[in-house]
Amino acid sequence: MDIFIQQIINGLVLGSVYALVALGYTMVYGIINLINFAHGEVLMVGALTSWTVATSMMGLGWPGWVVLFISLLAAIVVCSVLNFSIEKVAYRPLRTAPRLAPLITAMGMSLLLQTLAMIIWKPNPKPYPILIPSEPYEIAGAVINTIQIIILVTTAVTLAGLMYLVNHTKLGRAMRATAENPKVAGLMGVRPDMVISATFIIGAALAALAGVMYAANYGSVQHSMGFLPGLKAFTAAVFGGIGNLAGAMVGGVLLGLIEAMGAGYIGDLTGGILGSHYQDIFAFIVLILVLTLRPQGLLGERVADRA
Amino acid sequence: MNLRDNKLITFIIAGVLLLITPLIAQQFGNAWVRIIDIALLYVLLALGLNIVVGYAGLLDLGYVAFYAVGAYMMGLLASPHLSQTFPGFAATFPNGLHTPLWLVIPLGALLAGVFGVALGAPTLKLRGDYLAIVTLGFGEIIRVFLTNLDAPVNVTNGPKGLSQIDSFKVLGYDFGKPHSLFGLEIPSVTGYYYLFLALVIVSVIICHRLEQSRIGRAWMAIREDEVAAKAMGINTRNMKLLAFGMGATFGGVSGVLFASFQGFVSPESFSLHESVMIVAMVVLGGIGHIPGVILGALLLAALPEVLRHVAGPLQNMTDGRLDSAILRQLLIAFAMIAIMLSRPRGLWPVPEHGRIRPGSPDQDPAPKGTLS
Repeated sequence: MDIFIQQIINGLVLGSVYALVALGYTMVYGIINLINFAHGEVLMVGALTSWTVATSMMGLGWPGWVVLFISLLAAIVVCSVLNFSIEKVAYRPLRTAPRLAPLITAMGMSLLLQTLAMIIWKPNPKPYPILIPSEPYEIAGAVINTIQIIILVTTAVTLAGLMYLVNHTKLGRAMRATAENPKVAGLMGVRPDMVISATFIIGAALAALAGVMYAANYGSVQHSMGFLPGLKAFTAAVFGGIGNLAGAMVGGVLLGLIEAMGAGYIGDLTGGILGSHYQDIFAFIVLILVLTLRPQGLLGERVADRA
Repeated sequence: MNLRDNKLITFIIAGVLLLITPLIAQQFGNAWVRIIDIALLYVLLALGLNIVVGYAGLLDLGYVAFYAVGAYMMGLLASPHLSQTFPGFAATFPNGLHTPLWLVIPLGALLAGVFGVALGAPTLKLRGDYLAIVTLGFGEIIRVFLTNLDAPVNVTNGPKGLSQIDSFKVLGYDFGKPHSLFGLEIPSVTGYYYLFLALVIVSVIICHRLEQSRIGRAWMAIREDEVAAKAMGINTRNMKLLAFGMGATFGGVSGVLFASFQGFVSPESFSLHESVMIVAMVVLGGIGHIPGVILGALLLAALPEVLRHVAGPLQNMTDGRLDSAILRQLLIAFAMIAIMLSRPRGLWPVPEHGRIRPGSPDQDPAPKGTLS
């Protein structure tokens, strides 16, 4: 039973990261129907930026949470500028091109960002400084530490804020209108280009937050750290129903839980034949099952033709 | 001189050039021939993927899985690994297992084809981006299994991979050893060049014939509009499965060749990165157009390798940060973005026939009856 609750906690923490990244995917896909392959790399840049800022501020003797907050702000600014320019340079000129073209530039961008990160930050994994003393608390036999609590709370607050932004503000209305039909939205006085840029910036900020959380929780940063979370977050977005914000959140958290449960129990279930190093395939199995059984996702609506 | 003779002469010149290329290249060192060999392997892979992506319009990001299937099959059937791991196996084949080329290539093609159909079956309903992600997931699953199937039964030897794989032998000719022909030194890499070239030519012919055939036209109809294709009586399910299977076959054969050429396979060679590279070759060259695809594969496979040789000074200049592997990646990334931005349909796209150009004599006069 202890393991069960422990894995639920681990799953929720992992799921929070997935949910934040999945939102970026789902918003972009909902508005311009593009899988932004470089989105996972934005997470990586966020984590590495915050690492640079945090390590360089270590000597100042400031309290840990101030350093963490400043490094998070720096990461959000850098990622927002980065994602804004990616869209401007690599996706905007191709909006009317054959469908495969922007997908290829997105993959190219992902490769480019990884390579540049490798050049700037060197390829070796770096330990992320411990900025907040992590005190373990016990809940029903399982352990949760301060950082994990902060992650869960921050994610919940951010998701609530985003829901408010999309459903109750002028920008949110413009975003929903653009997703529905950019041309008609344009006729109604919305500027689709600006809305799309805003979407990329919001997505980048969420990814930066996720990146800093991921780094703080797992304690290590590297140029290749964005790829798998990115891929899994996309899976989460599809799982919940792509283009659907609530779906991305639910999908992210569920995927995190499934992965944690799977990793915790696969050894027992298969009698020791398969171990926890198969953790990474759960996301893909979920993805394949969802797409074949319920292609519109958990909360998505059936769309006639999205090809 | 009429056109037919012209074409014949072009063919002869091209043939002679292809035949002497490695002989010239080996004067500068076998490393260069090796680069050409690898490029030819990529041509084969790109041609195979072109069937799936180019003709049938199914974006497959897990293509490298079939390459892996072929390579590992060759690795298991022609290396000491199985006999070393299983005592019972060693008793059955006291000399170890050395499956000949004639058997391994069709077997690899068949096995990869079965994998292709197995992968295609559950994904038939999906299209576009969804299909891309699912195939990507399949590719990753295969890689995870290759990495972890060393326990409890050691099948793939885990991350260490399989080594000591046999080189090809045809009619007593061992591709793994240098030979001497009429006083001409033929190193192993040059022998492989001719083998790969032969297979590439066969593949080009197969692809060309497929493109012109009823099957090829059915694929393109599905690519353009699946619903319409179905309405015209095309069995879209079988055709899509056939495309997956055919494409995978090419991947399997390339894998077999790769394993025997390298003598060594490990999961590292079959990362998602490779899949992306192959897709990039097809799309950059000109999707669905055989010469374009070949151009794309040669460019992306060979150019960065050539640059690797000039990267030394640059590495010294930048304090070791910009080594050849990084430079290669950087270049590929830039190429992918820049070429797509400037030529979204690829470097050498399919000529647009059947479409009326504005201003041509047989253009329809202004459409009637719409708003008049």
